[in-house]
Amino acid sequence: MSATRDLPEAFEQIVDDFTAASTRERLDLLLEFSDELPELPERFVDARDSMERVDECQSPVFLTVEVGDHPDRTVHLYVDAPLEAPTTRGFAGILHAGLDGLPADDVLAVPDDAPMRLGLAEAVSPLRLRGMVGMLGRIKRQVRAKSA
Amino acid sequence: MPVAPDPHPSLSQYAHPERLVTTQWLADNLDTPGLVVVESDEDVLLYDTGHIPGAVKIDWHLDLNDPVTRDYVDGDGFAALMRRAGISRDTTVVIYGDKNNWWAAYALWVFSLFGHPDVRLLNGGRAAWVAEARPMTREVPTPVESDYPVVMRDDSGLRAFKDDVLAHLGKPMIDVRSPGEYSGELLHMPDYPQEGALRGGHIPGAANVPWAKAAADDGRFRDRAELEEIYLDGAGLAPGDDVVAYCRIGERSSHTWFVLTHLLGFAHVRNYDGSWTEWGNAVRVPVVQGNAPGAV
Repeated sequence: MSATRDLPEAFEQIVDDFTAASTRERLDLLLEFSDELPELPERFVDARDSMERVDECQSPVFLTVEVGDHPDRTVHLYVDAPLEAPTTRGFAGILHAGLDGLPADDVLAVPDDAPMRLGLAEAVSPLRLRGMVGMLGRIKRQVRAKSA
Repeated sequence: MPVAPDPHPSLSQYAHPERLVTTQWLADNLDTPGLVVVESDEDVLLYDTGHIPGAVKIDWHLDLNDPVTRDYVDGDGFAALMRRAGISRDTTVVIYGDKNNWWAAYALWVFSLFGHPDVRLLNGGRAAWVAEARPMTREVPTPVESDYPVVMRDDSGLRAFKDDVLAHLGKPMIDVRSPGEYSGELLHMPDYPQEGALRGGHIPGAANVPWAKAAADDGRFRDRAELEEIYLDGAGLAPGDDVVAYCRIGERSSHTWFVLTHLLGFAHVRNYDGSWTEWGNAVRVPVVQGNAPGAV
């Protein structure tokens, strides 16, 4: 169980699953999220130029968010990451499962250090986790800009 | 007992052909006793998405680096890693990985610091194996623990520290980073922003030969004649030279170390693993900016 419960419910559940698992099982879980990352919708496939490159990731990763109309301003997240970069895909898969479909305010309320709560530092190394922190930061910035 | 080398004619051109194996040879020898296959990638999960049957994973962050000091594991740590992987001192180890064997070469260099006698690279790496549609599995082997001895790491011949590089100024040096990093326009490798330095440029006198020039389009090493054109004619190295190679943290330059040492037969090549993340942050060491090597 995580010490503070200030995450959206789905994200909190993911954190609980990860922290309850052994280091080895955390890698397996991450691989599941990598496998389950939704494919990029057709309308983005030829429009990667319109997506934001995540410089913190070592592989070419692009993401974009769409924010719906009032009152909820529902957030949808789209990420493109190569199959040869399963760790990065896993990070994206966790963020997608934890954030997609939430109201903008809930996404913006996610603490910037949320990726550090998954207990992945020892499984993938702290350096690699920076990619996920970078992804979350860019998602929140886009949500802020697009819901203003 | 070490396994006999791959006799494939494409390898005999190199100075030490016994340090490479072809994909076909590996496919034919997967069940040969005394051989262990190791995958070493940049991405820590790539192995888990599928790997050569029987291969074990060794990760550069988690297995080869000391978790506290900026150094490699010590003799105890390496022996424990080898025992877990089922590797004995006389095991033939074949390493392969992603990105032209970039991290595989790094792992091979670390094995060499411990003097592991027989360690080879799979020519073409993971990409060549996959391109030939050879078998892959997600099944993780459970090796029988070996009795690998605790061997002291010997940095003296293969590794250069900052003071060694200062003493080496004026002798041949290869900077294997991208041209932008070499000239000082970039403080990090393109696409890899996180390991920066406070100063940009290169060590005076170093020639710039980006590491991946040694690989052909299919990920295999270039022919010896092409490699000689790149490193002898192009970078001005002469057989017998005492050479230091460096990059950003010492991984890309271990690929070049492999090429110079095992493919071209240079006997005195050291990898400066402190590389630009040390030199570019160190106080009052000489730095040259621009495209020319510069005077010492």
